[in-house]
Amino acid sequence: MSTYILKRLLQGIPTFFGVTIIAFLMMLSAPGDPIALITYNPTREDPAVTESLRRKLGLDEPPFVQYIYWLVGNDWTKIDMDGDGEGDTYGERKGLLRGDLGQSLKHRRPVSELLIEKIPATLLLTFSALIVGYSMGIFLGILAAINHKTWVDQMVRIISVMGNSVPQFWLGLILIIIFSVQLNILPMSGMRDITRRSGGIDMIETAKHMLLPVLVLSLGTIAFISRFTRAGLLEVFEQDFVRTAKSKGIANRRVWWIHALPNALLPVATFIGPALGTLLAGAVIVEKVFSWPGMGRLVVDGVFNRDYPLVMGSVVVASLMFIVGVLISDILYAWLDPRIRFK
Amino acid sequence: MTVTTPTTTLLKLEEDAPQKTRSLWQNAIRHILGDKLTLTALLVLGIMTLLCVLGPPLVENVLELDVNRVDIPNKFLSPGAEGHILGTDHLGRDQLIRLLYGGRVSLAIAYSASVMTILIGVTLGLISGFYGGRIDDLITWVVTTLSSVPALFLLLIAAAIWTPSAKLLIILLALLGWVGTCRLVRGEVLALKEREYILAAQAVGVSNSRVVISHILPNVLPIVIITMTIIAGNLILVESGLSFLGVGVQAPTPTWGNMLTDARSYFNIGTHLVIWPGILIMVTVLCFYLVGDGLRDALDPRGSWRLTE
Repeated sequence: MSTYILKRLLQGIPTFFGVTIIAFLMMLSAPGDPIALITYNPTREDPAVTESLRRKLGLDEPPFVQYIYWLVGNDWTKIDMDGDGEGDTYGERKGLLRGDLGQSLKHRRPVSELLIEKIPATLLLTFSALIVGYSMGIFLGILAAINHKTWVDQMVRIISVMGNSVPQFWLGLILIIIFSVQLNILPMSGMRDITRRSGGIDMIETAKHMLLPVLVLSLGTIAFISRFTRAGLLEVFEQDFVRTAKSKGIANRRVWWIHALPNALLPVATFIGPALGTLLAGAVIVEKVFSWPGMGRLVVDGVFNRDYPLVMGSVVVASLMFIVGVLISDILYAWLDPRIRFK
Repeated sequence: MTVTTPTTTLLKLEEDAPQKTRSLWQNAIRHILGDKLTLTALLVLGIMTLLCVLGPPLVENVLELDVNRVDIPNKFLSPGAEGHILGTDHLGRDQLIRLLYGGRVSLAIAYSASVMTILIGVTLGLISGFYGGRIDDLITWVVTTLSSVPALFLLLIAAAIWTPSAKLLIILLALLGWVGTCRLVRGEVLALKEREYILAAQAVGVSNSRVVISHILPNVLPIVIITMTIIAGNLILVESGLSFLGVGVQAPTPTWGNMLTDARSYFNIGTHLVIWPGILIMVTVLCFYLVGDGLRDALDPRGSWRLTE
């Protein structure tokens, strides 16, 4: 088992570097001079000052060196501040691998600090959606498989197809119109107030704020997982060991819960990782609809402000969360199903 | 009244018996013709496409409307108002004509981006699966990497860097969307490569490119077509999501997505502006998915691809 985990960890490394390369290439291909974004008005600045800023940030270096600086920092090498070709002082950047994602251009604060502030809210949203999506999805899937070819099965199928094809933000808007504007029973936004309020967190109030966003975000997962569980169960029902169990005279209920379900649910476990990725992306949209104070809104605002360090940092962190999610679900799967380990 | 003699029964039996030479595609068409749900979905998609392609000039002429004519005094008219069947938006523009023009852009993006996605994905999948070796390693690495970044994040950045027109958006969507197809095709090719008829073809000296084009490609085509309809549906959702975030196709060009973005600010006054574009998106995506499902049933009777999605 530990060799399997080690192997998967090692496989994650080239992927992570790939992600950093993509993020860096995008940052590099962005039009406009980064200095102009920092100083607002480059024409009024002293050319000598911008020049030394450029050197300090390493922007005079070729792309490959810039990438290395971004990745591992430049505090281990002397950088040339006055342009005479010799290193003068040590750099100040620690680099991505040591948790330094650079300074946000807009907020003038370290990107890592901004992200740490916002990530809990996003994780709260995505993990609630993951739990709701999985439990509802598995429940509906079982319901459909047990009642195969009845109206229940059809209903679940309709829910699943509809859940896949409705635009999340539109559903969010419609739910806001119904529950917040017309019926006035749920708040349409304002999660921010709760996270900022000092003292204890009011559970009921929080739940009220979470209900709609989590429901909207989890719908895709519910749709997918219910379909997958249903198909898996129907397939397992056909297999010999289930028939044997039935012919031994074991009660139907016992056959379903003890023999069929664990086997049908095995593959469902592998989708926790990919589902997490979908949810992280979906959260960007849902956070905007419900003004949820998470990472998604930070990124969208960063995109509009051309705050590249912030955006690149968020991409790397979001991908890292995704890679770790996939890793955990793979390990979980290998732990549940020993056949995988020995492949 | 006809008399059933042994000979006529025999003839009738012969007619009913499945022809030996009926191909996978003929079978599939027969299957779809008997599948009412898929037929309906296809019909709705067809009508929707035709309406969006041919509709705008017609409606403009008949109702004497112009897609970009701003008419502030008549803003937020409800559906059914005189001259505006589906009402007007916050600038007094007619919603019906904007929906038709928006559909044109949204559907054009969905169709062309899905075709491009498939072209890239299939080509790279075939190369990677068939030739293997270094090139396979490279393509697999790109695929794993690209699929480890939540795609929306990449699209967001790309869209922010190059403010997209519809054409640029199509290219971006295709460049970031091909990985799933590539992985799928690669898997299929790896399985096909070991089959006897491929080995036989290679044994008699058929060139590699010919093996790929005439023996492997036709066998991955069914799954590719199924994937393409699903992707087209997905793309409509992605386009609307990007527009909603403000990085999609920019105003004044209407798309179903950015019509909703505008409507969002006025949902108190103009609920009809929220409802209609959303319903059109949902129905179109639903139809794409249903067609995909129907094709899967028709092209894959054994159901071996059921769980691959």
